[in-house]
Amino acid sequence: MNIYDLIFYLFATITVLSALAVVSTKNIIYSAYNLMLTFFGVAGLYVLLGADFLAIVQLIVYVGGILILILFGVMLTNKVNGMPIHTEVTNIIPASITIGLFAGIVLAFFMNTNWKSVTTEFPATTIQSLGKLLMNEYILIFELLGVLLLIALIGAASIARKQ
Amino acid sequence: MGILEIIIITFVKILIIVTMMLLSVSYLVYFERKISAWTQNRVGPNRVGYAGLLQPFADVFKLLLKEDIVPDAANKPIHTLAPIMALVIAFGTYAVIPIGPAVELFGYNIQLVVADVNIGILYVLALTSIGVYAITFSGWSSGSKYSLLGGVRSSAQMISYEISMGFSVAGVLLFSESLRPLDIVASQSGWMWNAIVQPIGFITFVVSAFAETNRLPFDLPEAEPELVGGYHTEYSSMKFAAFFLAEYANMIIASALIVTLYLGGWQVPYIEMAGLSAGLTALIQVGAFFVKMGALLFFFIWVRWSLPRFRYDQLMSLGWKVMFPLSLVNLIWVAVLVMLFN
Amino acid sequence: MIPIEYYLILSAFMFIMGVIGVLTRKNAIIVFMSIELMLNSANLTFVTFSSYLGNVTGQLFVFFVMTVAAAEAAVGLAIIIALFRNKQTVSIDEINILKW
Repeated sequence: MNIYDLIFYLFATITVLSALAVVSTKNIIYSAYNLMLTFFGVAGLYVLLGADFLAIVQLIVYVGGILILILFGVMLTNKVNGMPIHTEVTNIIPASITIGLFAGIVLAFFMNTNWKSVTTEFPATTIQSLGKLLMNEYILIFELLGVLLLIALIGAASIARKQ
Repeated sequence: MGILEIIIITFVKILIIVTMMLLSVSYLVYFERKISAWTQNRVGPNRVGYAGLLQPFADVFKLLLKEDIVPDAANKPIHTLAPIMALVIAFGTYAVIPIGPAVELFGYNIQLVVADVNIGILYVLALTSIGVYAITFSGWSSGSKYSLLGGVRSSAQMISYEISMGFSVAGVLLFSESLRPLDIVASQSGWMWNAIVQPIGFITFVVSAFAETNRLPFDLPEAEPELVGGYHTEYSSMKFAAFFLAEYANMIIASALIVTLYLGGWQVPYIEMAGLSAGLTALIQVGAFFVKMGALLFFFIWVRWSLPRFRYDQLMSLGWKVMFPLSLVNLIWVAVLVMLFN
Repeated sequence: MIPIEYYLILSAFMFIMGVIGVLTRKNAIIVFMSIELMLNSANLTFVTFSSYLGNVTGQLFVFFVMTVAAAEAAVGLAIIIALFRNKQTVSIDEINILKW
């Protein structure tokens, strides 16, 4: 077993355990904390897969942006002081049937397909190639995403504002 | 170089940086007290050691020997985790900042940076955005309304100012065409310092750095008169010391970052014309880095003891309505410069 | 070298965790976090294929997904906060005005 395999198992364990904890803990702040660990684990896997830029963007956007927003949501919508914030569980039986079926199908599909893989040496950094793709072939999507973000910004501000 | 040698060299570098950080953080506290005394026409600490030089050690021992109090309403695991997070993140950021040129030492060619990462600047931005968690979690886990308010204020403030910070950095990146700190330093050779080429970006970055480090005039997360002490109201002993150290470590990092991005890093303009030996040049350049950093740290402290605190809505409107558009203007200015002269 | 299946199973696991969260939890914010978990698992699959096929385009799509996720988070939380202001709850089975 070489060092890359060890790192993979380390990050995979972090991701699996924390993802499990996100949906199973009762305290909502623990969920948020574990979600942060999941994001870290996934970022580590990205580095292992040669996507250094995405790993950092994962940290900046998910950990530094989205999860902070979620924490804000928690703090603004719960009685934070005093008792710990507990949440409840519902729909156990229909959910477990659906999930069991879904998991079976996905796992069977993943295990039984003969995946093609090319062993290529990744460049030291993917920024240049990503930037070229973004500015040439996918420029329209890039611009549209900018518009989408602007609309989301205006929409969020107008929904959350007091009338 | 074998893998073992690389590991040993990196380990030594980490050791040196951490020791240096710890020492400079404690002496920064001493200098803060001395400079504040000088500003207010007082003497300042002068009892422990010659001119109070041993004061930092006395402070540390005092904090170590104090009782560690955890409030009943606190959430214990997260209450303990938050200061550790703050400190680890503050020290981790320093890994990518170069303090000097490559030097020949004992037959090895050594870069004076712990980790020469291709995306170093993004790494710094990512870690600063993770730093928000330490404060948010400490505010929430203390179970006190002052702490919570401090935590919420701080996260809102840091997210808002990260935007103008990111856009100011984008201006620098347009010139260097690389995210690697060493390349960014190299792109500012001679007098092509970014502070001179793009003064607007420099100003927005410095103001954002003040907001990110929670220093006056933007220290609303801890605003003593209204929030008692903000997010670390309920902390005592070593946990409080960890937050305290992290705040000063963040100041050092902010100034090191400003030096790297805007003030030419370790470069001294036209030093290669003086005809000095390679070792001496490297020594002068490392010295220049620390002189620039010291000047900025003095500026940080000077501002703290000269300016009053902003009101919270003023802080937010400054961030969104002044700093953010200004950093965009700077980005356009740099783009025009690059188009004209490249 | 880690076989590609390991990464895929990992991301499938994350996705299933997300589905569990969405279907069984009552708190709207937890549901929200579970959706982020699912988006992350999709991203991991994209990056895995991009890496194992030696093509960077997959990574670009992760970039797009992240942008959409950011927009979704902003609007979604605004809705949750507006709901909380009107109904004083974020429990999804108490938000039932549309149900007659």
